[in-house]
Parts: sequence; C-alpha cells; structure tokens
Amino acid sequence: MKQLVLARRASQIKVELTQRVRKPYKEVIDVSWGDPHKAGVKPLSFVRQVIAACLYPQLLNSDRLPVDVRQRAQSLLKGCDGGSVGSYTATRGISEIVHRVSEFITRRDGGAPSYPENIFISPGSQWALRNILNVLVNSEASHRTGVLTPMPCYSVSLMSIRGLGAVTVPYNLREEQGWELQVEELHRALESAKGVCDPVALYVINPGNPAGYVQSRKSIQEVIQFVSEKRLFLLADEVYQDCVHGENSEFVSYKRVLAEMGPPLSDTVELASFHSASKGFLGECGLRGGYVELVNLDPAVKKYIYKLFSTDACAPVLGQFALDLMMKPPQPGDPSYPLYSVETQHIRTALVHNVKRVLEVVNNLPGFCCQPVKGAFVFPRLHLPPKAIQKAKEMGMQPDAFYCIRLLEEASVIVSPGCDYGQKEGTHHIRFHIMTPEDTMEEVLRRLSSFHTQFMKDFS
Amino acid sequence: MSQQAANGVPCRGKVLTLDNMNPNVRRVEYAVRGAIVQRAGQIEKELKEGVKKPFTEVIKANIGDAHAMGQKPISFLRQVLALCSYPELLEDNKFPEDAKQRARRILEACGGHSIGAYSASQGIECVRQDVARYIEKRDGGIPSNPDNIYLSTGASDAIVTMLKLLVCGEGRGRTGVMISIPQYPLYSAALADLGAVQISYYLDEDKCWSLDVAELKRAIDAARQHCNPRVLCIINPGNPTGQVQSRQCIEDVIQFAKEEHLFLMADEVYQDNVYAEGCKFHSFKKVLFEMGPAYSSTVEMASFHSTSKCYMGECGFRGGYMEVINMDPEVKAQLTKLVSVRLCPPVPGQALLDLVVNPPQPDEPSYNTFMKERTAVLAALAEKARLTEQIFNEVPGITCNPVQGAMYTFPRIALPQKAIDKAKEEGQVPDMFYCMRLLEEEGICLVPGSGFGQREGTFHFRMTILPPTEKLKIVLQKISDFHGRFTQEFS
Repeated sequence: MKQLVLARRASQIKVELTQRVRKPYKEVIDVSWGDPHKAGVKPLSFVRQVIAACLYPQLLNSDRLPVDVRQRAQSLLKGCDGGSVGSYTATRGISEIVHRVSEFITRRDGGAPSYPENIFISPGSQWALRNILNVLVNSEASHRTGVLTPMPCYSVSLMSIRGLGAVTVPYNLREEQGWELQVEELHRALESAKGVCDPVALYVINPGNPAGYVQSRKSIQEVIQFVSEKRLFLLADEVYQDCVHGENSEFVSYKRVLAEMGPPLSDTVELASFHSASKGFLGECGLRGGYVELVNLDPAVKKYIYKLFSTDACAPVLGQFALDLMMKPPQPGDPSYPLYSVETQHIRTALVHNVKRVLEVVNNLPGFCCQPVKGAFVFPRLHLPPKAIQKAKEMGMQPDAFYCIRLLEEASVIVSPGCDYGQKEGTHHIRFHIMTPEDTMEEVLRRLSSFHTQFMKDFS
Repeated sequence: MSQQAANGVPCRGKVLTLDNMNPNVRRVEYAVRGAIVQRAGQIEKELKEGVKKPFTEVIKANIGDAHAMGQKPISFLRQVLALCSYPELLEDNKFPEDAKQRARRILEACGGHSIGAYSASQGIECVRQDVARYIEKRDGGIPSNPDNIYLSTGASDAIVTMLKLLVCGEGRGRTGVMISIPQYPLYSAALADLGAVQISYYLDEDKCWSLDVAELKRAIDAARQHCNPRVLCIINPGNPTGQVQSRQCIEDVIQFAKEEHLFLMADEVYQDNVYAEGCKFHSFKKVLFEMGPAYSSTVEMASFHSTSKCYMGECGFRGGYMEVINMDPEVKAQLTKLVSVRLCPPVPGQALLDLVVNPPQPDEPSYNTFMKERTAVLAALAEKARLTEQIFNEVPGITCNPVQGAMYTFPRIALPQKAIDKAKEEGQVPDMFYCMRLLEEEGICLVPGSGFGQREGTFHFRMTILPPTEKLKIVLQKISDFHGRFTQEFS
C-alpha cells in the first residue's frame, strides 16, 4: 500500500510541476522501479526496428530498415500462425523462440544442456513464478506451506507467495558482509519454521533485489547442498543477470553450478530458474516477456504445469520476440551491429559510471552507508536521527517511508523505502535503480545530497 | 553399493510429486489446448517430416484465433503500434497523420516515452479514460468512471483476478460460482484452481441456447445445500454456443442476481460479433442502469472485454479490460493491490485497446480504409456463420443452432451406440473419440463438447467459423462426409 501512496503523491506532484505550482524542479525523477526506460534509458534500435516491421510488415518492402532487421522480422513472422503477431502461440511459446532460449542457456552455462520442453515463456517472470508457486503451495495440507525468502526481498515476490496462502520464512542476508547469504542463516530460518509452517521451497534472488549483490560460486554451491539435504524446491530468480558489472563479480547461474557439481546433485535437485527481457540492455518491461526453465522435475508434475500455463493462453507475442532478440542480438558483421554495439556500450558505461558516483556521493553523506554494488540496485542504509524517527511515528509511517515521502515532496525524486522489502529491526534503507542515463543519475545525486543534508539538519 | 548410496545420498523420490503438489492444480482441465490439440501438433510435426497422411495440413478449428486462420490485421491499428514501437517512423510521410497523432499521445503517457516501460498496474491512465468514454458512448451516455476500469492481460487475467477476489470460505460455506453449461473452460479451470464450487446452469439447446431464469433458480437452490453461492457468470455473446441473449433475458438475469444477492460477471468479449437478424448486443451495464436506481445502485458487477475477438482478432497482444460497478470501496482497494502483483498488462496491448476504443472518426484520413476493413471482417464472419448453420443442418445426425454471434458453432452430433461403446473400451469420452478420429482421418482439429460441458447423454463439438470462406466450405464438407462414414461404420 505504501507504494501506492508514493505513486499517488508522485502523480499529483507531476501535475503541480507542469502547472508550475511548485518549484524549483522541472520534473519528477522516478528511480523507484527496476525500469530502465522509465528512467530515461533508450530502447535498443535493432529491437524496436524488428518489432515495428513485425507489427506492420509493409515496412519489409522498403529500404528504410537495415537488411538484417528485415530478415529477422521475416524469420520471426514465419513462426507466427497466419504470419501475424496477432495470433495466439503454442502454450510454452513460439517453438523457434523456445529453442533459441534453450540455446542461449546452454551457451551461457558453458555447455550444460538445456531442453526446450523444460522451458515456458510467460508474460514476465513473476507470472511464471506465481504459476510454479501455485503448484508448490498445498492448501489442503494440514500445515500451511512455507517458502524461505531472503530478507530483504523483492516485495512483489513476497506478495505472490502470501497471495497463494503460503507463509514467507525470511533468512537474513548479512549487510555488513555485502549482503552475503550465509548457510547458517538458512539453517536457522528453516528451524524457525518448525511448528509454524511446512517449508517446501527456497527462493533466491541473484543478482539481488533490492540489495545489488551478486552471489559467489561458493555461496551458490552451499545453497544447492542445503536444498538437497533439506529436500526443498529451489526457485532462482535471475532476472538481473545482465546487469552485473565491476571487478571480481561475475554472474554464474544456479543451473550451471548445479550441472558442474555433478551427480547425484545435478540429477536430483529440483530447480526453477527465472529470467526476463525486462531488465538488462533491453529493459523492455512493458512488453512482458520472461521465461522459466525447469530442471529435474517429475514429468507427471510437469504435465500439470503445462495445463496450468495453457489456461493463460500464451505470453504476448511481442514479449516473446523481445526474448528472442535478447537471446540472439546482432553479431559482428551484421549491418545493425555497429549501432547495437554503440548503444549497449553506452548503457554499460553509464551503469559503471553511475555505480561509482553513487558510492562516492552516498558514502560521503553522513547518515548513509552503502555496501559495494554489483547489480542493478543500490540499497544504502540510512541512520536516521531519533527526531526523524519520532516524527515518522507520529505520522503513522515507517521512518524510511517518511524519508521517501519527504524526498519526493522536496526534491521531486522517487525512491522506495526499505520497509517495503523487509529489513532487520531498527534499520532503515532506501532503494533506487542505477540503470539510468549518466546525467539523470547526477541529477538524482545532486537533489538527494542537498535534500539529505537539509533533512539531517532539520531533525538533528 | 550404488554410487548414490556410496555418496551418502539416500535413494529417494522427487521433492515435488503428484502427491504433495497443489491438489487443486491437478483438477485443472482446459480442453481448448488439451489432448486433441497436442495430438494435432504432433501430426503437424509428422507432416513437416514428410510422413504421408490423407491430408496435407492440419486445420486448427479448435481455437478462436482469427489471424491464425488468415484474417488480416486492421491496417490502422498496426500502423499506430509500429509508430509507438519505433518512433523514428513518425518522420516517415507514408504514415497518416491520425495514426501519428494517436501514437504521440500514447507515447506521451508512457514512462520515458517508451512502450517498454512498466505502466501503472491498473493500466495507463489516458487509456482507461478513453475506455470509459467508449463505454459511455456505447451505452447511450450512462457514465463510466475511469477509476473503475482495470486494464488486463486479455480478459482472462481480469476474470481470474475477479474470481480470486470472490472465492472464500470453507466446507459448506465455500463460495459457489454459477456458470453456464456449456461454458468456456477458462471458468471451470479457474474454479478448480481456486477450489471454488462450480454451480452449473444449463442453457436450453432446443431454444437456441437461451437462458431460462427458472433453470438458474433450480441450480442455485440445489447448490445452497453444499456451498455459498455468491457469483453468477454469464458469457454474452456465448462461447461455445454463440447465442446472443435478448434484452428481456438480461433483465431477468439482473433481477435474479439482485434477489439472490449475487455478484454478476458479464463476459462480453464477443460484443461486436453479432450476426443474426433480430439479434443485438445489449451490455449488462446499460440494461442495469436502464432498470433504474433500485438495481443500478445495488447490483455488483464486473464486465469484461478484450482485443482478441470482434473485428480486431489481436489475440497475441493480450489486451483487455474489466469495468467494476458498485464495488465496495475497501474491496476495490484490495483489488487494486492484487493487480499490482502481476506488475502491469502488456503495454502494446494497452495501446491497442486505446485504438479500439478510439478508432478513426469520419473526418480523419484513415476512416474510410478502417471502416472498409472492419466491415469486411464482420461481414465475412456473418456469412460464414450462416453457411455453417446451413451446411451442418443438411447432414443427418448433425443439428446446428443458428450461430447468432461469437466465432463458433457447437452442433449436436448423434453417435451410434456402437461408437459410444467403442469409445468406452478405449477409455475415451465418446465425443473425444469422434473428434480424434476426425483429426486422424481428415486433419481437422475440433474440440469435443465434453470440454465445455453438455447435458448427459448428448454429444457436441466446437468448431470455429474462422477459416477463409472457401476453406471453410471444404472443412464443412469434410466433416459432413466424415460424419456419414462414422455413422455407417458404427451402425
């Protein structure tokens, strides 16, 4: 509900700004969503050209679009019934695209095989996550189903789990160690569930959301050992895998690590991995294209998963196309490659620059402390003065939500409060997205610094 | 010692099994994409591999997908969407000005001016406003509040969301949901998934699939013994039956909902698909308000629409909306929260919906072409509806009600007792047995009536009327011939 409050106030302020009722800023900067386009990152030209040509095939008859764009569009349209993006597709997605996804996964994972029949394309990754959770949550069991979730955790996933009637069992990530996932904490969390619920699954987010960590190979191995030992289903949310940057940080997928650990683990651990075209360089959140890959599931159960997915018809075709273009972008030698390369490099450079600047600025503001950032979000800790905490209490708000509302009101910047994600008692945080144009981030940091300084002074 | 035992890992079964998975999910069936469609897919693969069959292609007359059957997209819609996707095309003078103007307006309303940004969960505000205006115009000026409009990923998303909100309680108090027999199996699937109680009310096949309130009463009275009836779902124009309910019938249903204190769900996705003489689409909302304040201020209702049907047939976009009427404000707040879990409906689908409710006007450059294309699509459907009814009714053993609307025919087929017995032997429901044979012999994929529900002892199939007219004639002929042969074989 807090998100809605912020969103509603933001709409009001946007109107006031256009009416010049409020100063001094010309517009609201929204970095509270994991949404690059909303923050001003431009769509990739190749992606949009192909999609436009698929929507309006008359464009294929002119030279207006590069030849590789036209070829790709033609090839994608061939996979559509009636040659139209307006047709339904097969339940798991257009067969050629599903194959493309499995090829991508195999390539990404150093050759570990990926089978098309284990892949379901969905309207965004959350949709797939919810369907898999739906199969896991047994409402007729004597105890409520539990799912171990990180603290802090992406709020929508928590809502999905609870919405199905399951219980979230939080395991704390260690902020002081760069939000490290420590296996002793998994043990403690599982223990805490005794008598409360029946945990069936472990949900991990890597790279992290809201905290921008990337798990080490060793950490992933420990998680896999844990779920095997404790007989838990593993849900790996990996949608930010393309947003990793910085030295000594490399994304390695749960599937890859599992495969490399060899039998018996590689043949027995049941895993669902999620990815999406919403993040990374494409940032096509609005097209709703994601997928889930199922590993080591009981074939009889998979039949029911298929049926469940089939009642939702299929993922939007343009979302499926976005996935295809993500899995197989222009290659060196292709006419579109130079522009594609420039555009993605630009995004990558901005990301690296933004991280550096954010850490510089935020860690120099008294009252702020930020762990190293390797992913798409910054989740700095806020040490709020007691007077601010008191004022928040009086207003019936969480202290970090109060901070965020004030930031919106006074600096026209939207970030989200740590209370939305769960955090250790007595700690406060804010989250904001760093996949933005460089000058947007500079503006955010400028406004944040000046607001923060004033805020700390006001409540000292 | 086995390798596994040597490693200290006990031999054991799966973590997620049929026994411990969600039992509700095991009850979910969705015939439209079920066993027969999967067999059709296999056969298509075999044909591609060069396997010889008595036919060269599989005709998928199982799913209401117009473009798959060759219907052309409406030019204007695709032009605007192309402009929205790649705004550089706004410089191109080959695109008409009215298309550009709408594209600019849509992009203006998108985060970062991109259709790739998330929209608000309830849908882009200006689109909801346009939808509200469209509803007002359609319903003779009865006001529609954009705040009551929820854009969705196809109508299915909104229907399932609404049901999720409505289903609660335990045991005898469990929510009962009334749905027609026959019905579009999304409803039965959703009810199984939610563990709700399905309350079936039979449409009257002899009276052109009309709805009789006495039958509603019978169904609800029986249901009150074992559940708490709270919802009445009605599909108008009907799927699979194609009937277009009369205005009187709609009034009667509203009256019934008020008396029995039921939440009304009106699935109106086929509202532009009305063909038969004397038939007219009456929106539930319009009739509700015309019945006066005693009804219009009390009956709680949700109406559903989609961009997948009508003249657009843009299934692949997954565009749709629902309008909620007289919903408790606190419940509505929960609804708004609930839809946020799926983030937002696909933005291209929202943009498409905006064009459907805001089409070219008579004074705009694209108007003539748009109207020509729209009229052609609807006229072709009307002709195919008529043709289907005519041809099927000429076949002994097939009885076909007039296809008044929607996109399907649901004829009744007489099956010889020997065929029914043979089906039983093979462990198949008789109309599935029939349809499978048709698929294997003629390469035509239909959905057996058992997938939609039908009166005990009767058999049907659902066929779409979407193939192009010449192809449809061939399909109708083949089915007619098949029926004759089948009847002969099992006599």
